[in-house]
Parts: sequence; structure tokens; C-alpha cells
Amino acid sequence: MSNRIDVKKTYKLFINGAFPRTESGRTYEIKNAKGVFIANPCLASRKDLKDAVVAARAAHSGWNKASAFNKGQILYRIAEMLEGRRTQFVQEIVLVTGVTKVKAEKEVTESVDRLVWYAGWSDKLSSLSGALNPVAGPYYNFTVPESMGVIAAIAPESPSLLGLIDAIAPVIVGGNTVIVLASTKAPLSAMSFAEVIATSDVPAGVINVLTGKKDEIAPWMASHMDIDGMDISGLGAKSHGAVRIAGAENLKRIYSFNSADPGRILAFLEHKTVWHPIGL
Amino acid sequence: MSFYGLVDGSDSSLKKYLGGLSGVDQVGADARASMLATRSIKTTSKRWAIDTAISMVDLTTLEGADTPGKVQALCTKAVRPDPTDSTVPSVGAVCVYNDMVGIARKHLDLIGGSHVGVAAVSTAFPSGRASMPVKIQDTQDALDAGASEIDMVIDRGAFLSGDYITVFNEIVQIRELCGERAHLKVIFETGELVTYDNVRKASFLAMAAGADFIKTSTGKVAPAATAPVVLVMLEAVRDFYSMTQTRIGVKPAGGIRNTKDAIKQLVLVNETAGPEWLTPSLFRIGASALLNDLLMQRMKMDDGYYASPAYVTID
Amino acid sequence: MKFDYAPAPESRSIVSIKPKYGHFIGGKFVAGRKHFPTINPATEEVLSQIALAGVAEVDAAVKAARKAYTTTWSKMSGRERGKYLFRIARIMQERSREFAVLETLDNGKPIRESRDVDVPLAAAHFFYHAGWADKLEFAGLGTSTKPHGVAGQIIPWNFPLLMLAWKVAPALAAGNTVVLKPAENTSLTALLFAEVCQQAELPAGVVNIVTGNGSTGALIVNHPGIDKIAFTGSTEVGKIIARAVAPTQKSVTLELGGKAANIIFEDAAIDEAIEGIVNGVFFNQGHVCCAGSRLILQESVADEVIEKLKRRMSMIRVGDPMDKNTDLGAINSKEQLLKIRELSATGDDEGAQRWSAPCDLPKKGFWFAPTIFTGVTQSHRIAREEIFGPVLSVLTFRTPQEGIDKANNTPFGLSAGVWSEKGSRILWASQQLRAGVIWSNTFNKFDPTSPFGGYKESGWGREGGRHGLSAYLKGVGHE
Repeated sequence: MSNRIDVKKTYKLFINGAFPRTESGRTYEIKNAKGVFIANPCLASRKDLKDAVVAARAAHSGWNKASAFNKGQILYRIAEMLEGRRTQFVQEIVLVTGVTKVKAEKEVTESVDRLVWYAGWSDKLSSLSGALNPVAGPYYNFTVPESMGVIAAIAPESPSLLGLIDAIAPVIVGGNTVIVLASTKAPLSAMSFAEVIATSDVPAGVINVLTGKKDEIAPWMASHMDIDGMDISGLGAKSHGAVRIAGAENLKRIYSFNSADPGRILAFLEHKTVWHPIGL
Repeated sequence: MSFYGLVDGSDSSLKKYLGGLSGVDQVGADARASMLATRSIKTTSKRWAIDTAISMVDLTTLEGADTPGKVQALCTKAVRPDPTDSTVPSVGAVCVYNDMVGIARKHLDLIGGSHVGVAAVSTAFPSGRASMPVKIQDTQDALDAGASEIDMVIDRGAFLSGDYITVFNEIVQIRELCGERAHLKVIFETGELVTYDNVRKASFLAMAAGADFIKTSTGKVAPAATAPVVLVMLEAVRDFYSMTQTRIGVKPAGGIRNTKDAIKQLVLVNETAGPEWLTPSLFRIGASALLNDLLMQRMKMDDGYYASPAYVTID
Repeated sequence: MKFDYAPAPESRSIVSIKPKYGHFIGGKFVAGRKHFPTINPATEEVLSQIALAGVAEVDAAVKAARKAYTTTWSKMSGRERGKYLFRIARIMQERSREFAVLETLDNGKPIRESRDVDVPLAAAHFFYHAGWADKLEFAGLGTSTKPHGVAGQIIPWNFPLLMLAWKVAPALAAGNTVVLKPAENTSLTALLFAEVCQQAELPAGVVNIVTGNGSTGALIVNHPGIDKIAFTGSTEVGKIIARAVAPTQKSVTLELGGKAANIIFEDAAIDEAIEGIVNGVFFNQGHVCCAGSRLILQESVADEVIEKLKRRMSMIRVGDPMDKNTDLGAINSKEQLLKIRELSATGDDEGAQRWSAPCDLPKKGFWFAPTIFTGVTQSHRIAREEIFGPVLSVLTFRTPQEGIDKANNTPFGLSAGVWSEKGSRILWASQQLRAGVIWSNTFNKFDPTSPFGGYKESGWGREGGRHGLSAYLKGVGHE
């Protein structure tokens, strides 16, 4: 046993590629299963959300324009970075949730592999949902999937890392930018994952990570007019109706998912159909 | 020559002028022409259109087998298309090869048809493949024989190879030759120019060079006067008028065989260049069989039942 | 010497309009209780009395649809379902003249458009979707895909029959049964379609048509027996529907408003662009959600385009919709006419310059001359709000990016037009524009194979093509 005093990490938000504290100064306490204090993560405020949306909106144009190859490379890079920090993530999952190391290792492994799976979709989406439409006339007519814009995602309480990956990766692989709200009870995975993102060539603002209370932040997300869509898979079912009602103000596309399949990616893509005459 | 101040006669100024033209979208032009073809022309407007179309016909015979007898018969028909009905107007002109011009002119004058013009096809019609001196002589012969209208063909080979200045200079020279004696119609043979971009380009080239009329075709090449080609040419004369305040005429020729086709042409004129062009001095239809169909439709409108070809004269 | 086209009216003798209509429920026409008049907007003549469906009728229609779904339609093979759709398509073609005349009488649109666009496209939608009925496992949603059940469909007055086809054809092909409500001003072709269903021997209850106003629509939206809502109409009502279904499990597609930009670059084929502008905003009196109502001109060609456009607009033939030569028919209703007038007046008030084509408008009926406003800026109401009439707002730009930025500066995102003869610029602009349908060097083209629908506040989902079909199927991986 060493007598050395640990240098503990201050867990912050991740907005626009930086790690600010919440502007509100509010935090909450998380403890492990045995009631031992772990950290004081930020309780993100409405203004933190606003800042994240501004960052995500600004980042959208560039990320949307990045080639599918490039997006796939960056997602794969995230997987590489996560792989390299497996131990840390396993430890944090065990520390916060009290699960066995074996179970935590399984979650981290699946998280890395799922990132790789999502990464591979980046340049196959138009094959999956694009089309060349045989219209009755001298027109070339095609449909292509295109990113929707800024998406807010609420990660499930558990699994805290894998659920976070499912909230982020399918949204960004198609060219959207995301503001993700982490598991409230187990936010450590998310906050450390932000460090992975920060070192994975992901342009600033493409992924923004908030921590805090879901029932407080979800309505703010739903009513924010510059958010185009929401993944509310991680929000309690009883709150879905209210979020959908608030989201109707700008006709947000709001979905909840129960599996990791390509439908999860397609849900946040628009389909654009282009016509052009064929002639001499 | 001033060329309306649009070009100075140099190759570079011509290229710049033609390069400044906007393109034509084929599908859009086709769609506009077919939309206009749905116009339904009935009763009084149909009657007016038939008579107007008759007065715009350039009654044409351009065959190797043409004889003085054939041409004289054509002239008789041109002056009084329906011998039983004096309210039928004369056609705009007869259109013949240059060796028939004198015969036509003489016969027309003889039968009281001095108001009917004689148009001569010229400049090595229909191919245009001859030296410039031959083309000039060809035109000179027709003028000397009394042609009041010269229908010259352009050198499509030169046009398609991008040698626009040659095409331009030929038109300028023939225009000078015609002087005050004859109107100049410039035939593009749009079936060989193929694209509407080329048709638009040829139209502006010919107009700047001094054409009085621009004409689609020789009648020897298909497709000839399709509705969209005529549409593009009518747009060109309309735009040229806004640029120069000069109205250039348009003559579709080839493929207009019945009253329905002719009325479609008039609708195109009316809704593209405008009603100012609905006169034989600005719109002609080069045709032969068309006239009899116009006459039969006219009879039907008068009598209320369909006519038979037995009641209209063959050429 | 003027070439005035004599009147060329289409005969209305082909249609027989009953003095009073009921609802079509469970394969039979059922008498209504309350009625309201439907008029010909070109003459204000009352054409018929339309029934107003209330709770009982909507409930009966939903029950009939449920019964048909459970007992017949969901058990039938796709191959057999498809044959019914083919039958419907064929009968619509056989009776196309009747549909066209009736549509024009009830809606006010020119007979040329109902005859050449609405009716043939409606039949084409049934043909296209008929072929899907036995191929749903190839629709891209997996092999275990299923219909929703009973679809409630609410359609607008601008393309009554065509919107019916857009809704009913994919719903039936996917195996749903439907309760459809046509717009209150334009119910007649839907009721004629009910006869087509009878002639096609479509099983009773597969298609139910209840007529009425917004209150009937609300009953459908809120009915617990409805599994899927499909709505085409205003963004305002779309949001109401979105809120209404928020707490439920109902699946929803919405085709809503638009304020489409039509961008003309200086290298455009100008004459065809003029046609595209005219077709973009004056087609169907501008009663088109995807109408190109904002003309965004590159400054270097602005004067030329406006001059040519005014000239072309002067050629638009406004008047009797039944005349085969009419280009612009009647405004669909008095309310709509007042709305167009009111929004146009804000254009005057806010300093834009109004120009209307000189034309004689009939004394009776609802009419609005084709109109453009020049000198419009982004902040004018006529540049932001959907006018849904023959009114074009003209803005200008200097650089391509500025043109795109202005085009995208709207909460809508249904459609956009772009005109240039330069291939790379067309593709660049098509990529930049945030809208679901981009017409490049053309405008207002529709096809059953071509997905149609909007970004942002222009709606949810697509109609047409495989993407449209998928809205009527379950199995996309979200709850």
C-alpha cells in the first residue's frame, strides 16, 4: 500500500472541444454502491445547453461536408483511443456501478466494437437508403440521405458507456452533430469518454457532453428551436409525451430506440431528392 | 456595315457576341412547346387562324422533276388557293429553285398575282457545299430573274466546326447582293445543327449578319420545323427585338402538313414572339401539302361537315 | 389583328353531381346528419351538400376499417391486395375525364392541369404502389415488416384527388386500411373515388371516406382506434397534430408548408428558367406547398429576368378553369383569397414593389392576378410566410453562397429550385440547399417513384418511392 495521495480528477462538461465547468456553478454528488463519495459532476444548466447547441450548430456545416471516408476514419479513431484506455473505463464502471470487473470489461469491449461497427456505416448509408428513381420523363432523379443537423441525445442510465456510444455514434456517423446528456447516476464513463473524443481528431463541437438531471434538461432540449432532432431512449417513458409536445414547436424529429441497428442512423437523416433534366 | 452595333465584323467580336448568349435547356424547351400544343383553338379564332396561315404559306416545289408546267400550276394555286371561293387569301409567296424564278414571276404577273412573292432557294441549296463565287452567282441568277425573296442555306459544316465567321461573312455577302431587291431568309437546317443551343446561336449570328428572316430547314432533312426549334427561334427574334428594336421574321419549313400543325405554329408565335409577328411579313410557313388541308378545314367550318380531297385542287 | 382564342370549354356533362352526399363507410354510402355546401370557386355556384362527420361517423369508419383490417385485408396475400390497386388505377384511367372535370369544378384549378397532371399522376401512384404490395420484404425494412393497422389520413384542398392517391395507395399496398377525410372545400373527387372502390370490388371497410371540416380531422387524429396518422396541410395544423399524438403510440407523417427558393444563377438558360419560375409559383394558382414563391436572382441578370418574367406573366391566361386554354384558375375559397390579399398588402406596406399581370378577372368567383413583388428583403413577411397564392417575392444575391444562405434562411425546407447551365454549380447548390426536393433546371415535377417531403418545419417523412412506402410499415428499429 502506497501512502501517496491520489490526484483526483475534476469532472467537467465537454462543449466545443473544451472542458468548461457549468456556468451555473451547480454540481451534484455521486457515490458508489457502498455510499462512498466519488465525484461532484456538473449539473448542466440551460445556458450550458445553449452553448453546446451553438457549438454543435457551428460545427455542423464542416462535419456534414467531411467526406464519408473521413467521418468513418474519425469514428474508427475514437475506437482506437477507447481501446487504449480500456483499463480506466473498466475501473470507472466498476467504481460507480459496482458491477464485476468481468462485466465491466465486457461492456468496454462491446463499446469499442460497436464504435467500429458504426464507423463502417459512414460510406454505406447512401447504398442503404439512397435511390435512383425511375421517373416517367427525361429527368435524372436521385435520393440521397443527408444529415439532419443538430441532435440532442439522452443516454440511458445503464450501461453508462455502451449506452453513451449508442447515443453518439449513430447520430454523428451520418453527419449530424450531437449534444449528449450522460447517465445521471453513472456519468464518469461519459466524462472520460469526452477525453477520448478530445484526442480522436473529432472537430470541436461535433460531440458535446453534458451531465445533469434528465427531467430538468430534456424539456430544455425539446423546446430549443435550434435542435433538429432528439434521441430520448435514455429518458423515462413517462416523460416522453411532454418532450414530444414541447418538441412539436419546431417539429423536432424525436425517437426512442431499443436496439443498435441501422434504423438508428437513418432516423436522423433527411432524404433529399434531386431532379435534373436529361437533354442535349 | 454596322451589324446593329453588336459585332464589328471581326472573328473575335463575333465569338464574344455568340459566347454571351444564354444556353437552352432542351427538356424545358420541349416541355414549353408541348404545353403550347395543348391550346385549343375553336370557332372564330380557328377561322381567323386558317386564313392567316394561308396568307403565310410559302407554297413550295423543290424537286429535280420541277417543270415550267408544274411551277405555273403552283403559281395559279398560290394566287387563288380555292377557285370556288374568292374570300380565300393568296399565299405569301411561291418558293422554287432559281431556274424557275423567271417562269414563276412571269406567270404570277400574268394571272394577277403580282402581290405574291417569288422566293428562290439559293447558295447551293440544299447542302450549301459550293464555293462562294458559285453561291454568289446562284443568288445573282435568282435576283436577275425577279426573285423578291432569297432563301439561302448556311454552311453547316463551317458552323459545326466552330468557324462562325465564315458563316457570318457568307450571310453578309448575300445580304449585300440582295440589297433592296430581295428579302433574305437564312436557312439553318436545324436537323443538322441538332442542339437548341446551336439553333439559338445560329439565329443570333444570322440576325446580326443581316437576315430578314430566319428559317428552320430545307425540307430535305428530318427533323425539320419541330415546335421546340421554332420556339427557340421565336425567342431569339423576340430577344433580338429588345436588343435592336428590329423585328426579324421566322419561317418554319418542313413537316407542317396539316391545319392542326399550322395552328400550333401560330400559337407558338402568339405566345412567344408576340402578336406583332402574326403577319406574313414576319412569319411564313414553308409547305406544299399544308395548303390543301387548310382549305379543307376552311370548307368544313363553312359547311359544317368534313370535306373530301376531291373538292380541293391538287398542285 | 389579335389572336384571341375563342372560349374552348370542356363539357361538364360527363359528371353527374348529386344534390347531397353522405359518407363512405364499410363499403357503403351512409347518409350524413348535418351538411354544408361545397361550391365552385370560379362561379360561387353551390355544387352539392357535403356531410359533416361527427363522433358517430368517425367512430363507425374507424370500426369498419379495423374490422376490414382484422378480418380481410391483413389476411390477404400481397399479391391479391396488389390486384385491387391495379384495378383502382385502371378504373381511374377509364374515368379520368370525369375526375378531371369534377376536380376542376370543385377546386377551381384549370382543366388543363387536372387533366394533364392531377388525374394521370393519381392513377400512376396506384400503379406504382400496386407493384409493391407483394414485395414488401424488399422495401428495405427487413422481412418481418408489418403494416400499422388503421391509418387516418387527412388531405388538403389543393390537389384533392392526387393527395388522396398519395395517401391511400401506399397505405393499402403496405396492408393498412384507411379512414380518409378530404378537405371540406373539395370532397367531390374523393366521393367519386369511393365509387371507384366499389367498382373495383375492394373489400368493404378497406377504404372509408368521411367528409367534414377541421373538427372531423381532429376526431380522426384523436381516435384511439387509429394506428397511424398521415396529414398534408399547413404547418400550423401539423404542429397541433404532432402535439395531439405526442402522448400516444401513433405513428405520424406530415407534409406541411413551404417557402421554396428558386435560385437563378447568371449562367442559367434564361428562357427555360422563366418557364420554371412561372410553373414554380403560378401552377395551381400557387396553391402548392412546394411552390417556388421566393425568386432569388443573381444581380447580374436580375433586370433581364424580371423584364422577361413580366412579359411572360402577361401571357398567362387567367379565367374560366373549364376553358382548355386557361393557365391560372380560381382561388380555391374566399378565405384563401382574403389571406392572399392580406399578405400581399403587407408587401406594399413594407415597401416592396407590386406588379400584377394585366388581365380581366371574372366578376363572380375568387380571383387573384399573377403578381410579383420586387425589392423584397429577407425580413419582409412576404419573404417568410407562405402565401399559398399566385404571388412571387423577388430577392437578389451577389455571390453563390449568398444565394444559398438566403434560400436556407427559413424555418421551412420542403423544396428549392436552382438554375444554372454549369454542372458542378448545380450539384454544389443541390448539396447546400436544405430542402427535401431540389428541382434543378426544372420545377414542380412529381412522380410516384420519387420521394417527396420536407426538412425542418415542412414535415415528417416522405411520400413516394420506397421511402414513402416505409411510412406505412413498421419495423424500422425505433419504438
